[in-house]
Amino acid sequence: MADSVAASVAASMAERRSPAAAFAARFEAASAGGGLRLAEIPFLTQINLRVDPKSPAAERIGTAIGVPLPVEPGTAAGGGDLEVLWLGPDEWLVVGPDGAAPGLVERLTEAADGEHVSVVDVSAQRTTLVVAGDRARDVLAHGCALDLHPRVFGPGRVAQTMLARAGVVLVAGADGFRLLVRSSFAAYVAEWLLDASVEYVAGG
Amino acid sequence: MLLIACPWCGPRDEAEFHYGGQAHVAYPEDPAALSDEEWARYLFFRDNPEGLFAERWSHTAGCRRWFNAVRDTATNEIHAVYRAGEPRPVIA
Ligand SMILES: [Zn+2]
Repeated sequence: MADSVAASVAASMAERRSPAAAFAARFEAASAGGGLRLAEIPFLTQINLRVDPKSPAAERIGTAIGVPLPVEPGTAAGGGDLEVLWLGPDEWLVVGPDGAAPGLVERLTEAADGEHVSVVDVSAQRTTLVVAGDRARDVLAHGCALDLHPRVFGPGRVAQTMLARAGVVLVAGADGFRLLVRSSFAAYVAEWLLDASVEYVAGG
Repeated sequence: MLLIACPWCGPRDEAEFHYGGQAHVAYPEDPAALSDEEWARYLFFRDNPEGLFAERWSHTAGCRRWFNAVRDTATNEIHAVYRAGEPRPVIA
């Protein structure tokens, strides 16, 4: 019985397909020139967390996951294999590796300890696209109105904004940008990124 | 396109926002005591000034928070943004 459950779980895991899986080859081709790197990071764990930042629960949660919740708007904080993105004055997205969701939900809920806190696994809501390389800013500038200059939007900055009219969570890292895109918008955004990249890719 | 400064996120394109009409419309103390006419007045009647107007906006494509702004309806200049629950700032 336990074996058959494990087998069916394994089978359903094997059938998982990420929202931008079909773009892997075209992303790789666009990345070949070296000026730009496009890729998908599939299946990251994403937990939406809502809690009053001044509450004892917020402090307990920061301690429990080893990352104090960033309270400055538009910033991220990281520690270990987790990253906490500011989404609003009482809202964060806790991002972790594939498979971390059940344990993470348990740790967050435990730390909340019955206080007025919301912990929701939204991992399937979005996939993550990487836009990196020297031309990453140029590509994003085709469809994003934010000033992405490193002086304004350097590593550790986060913005929920629009890219080519699609809602995205844009995260600046030391090694380029990550775009958290809703699964149903992933193919559109992937097509748009490839189209915006043409002039930076063709001819190397 | 207006550039609207979200009190949380800073200046963003108008396309990221949703308009919410006149701000500071108080809910009636005792709604059941109102006549139909008074209730309709609360629901549907709004100021329509030429000049400074305190109004609600929601940063729907960003932090998804509601806030208030004082906008000049004649020039579209935004004179102040402030968080929900804060009093309307006095503008000289
Ligand atoms: Zn905002």
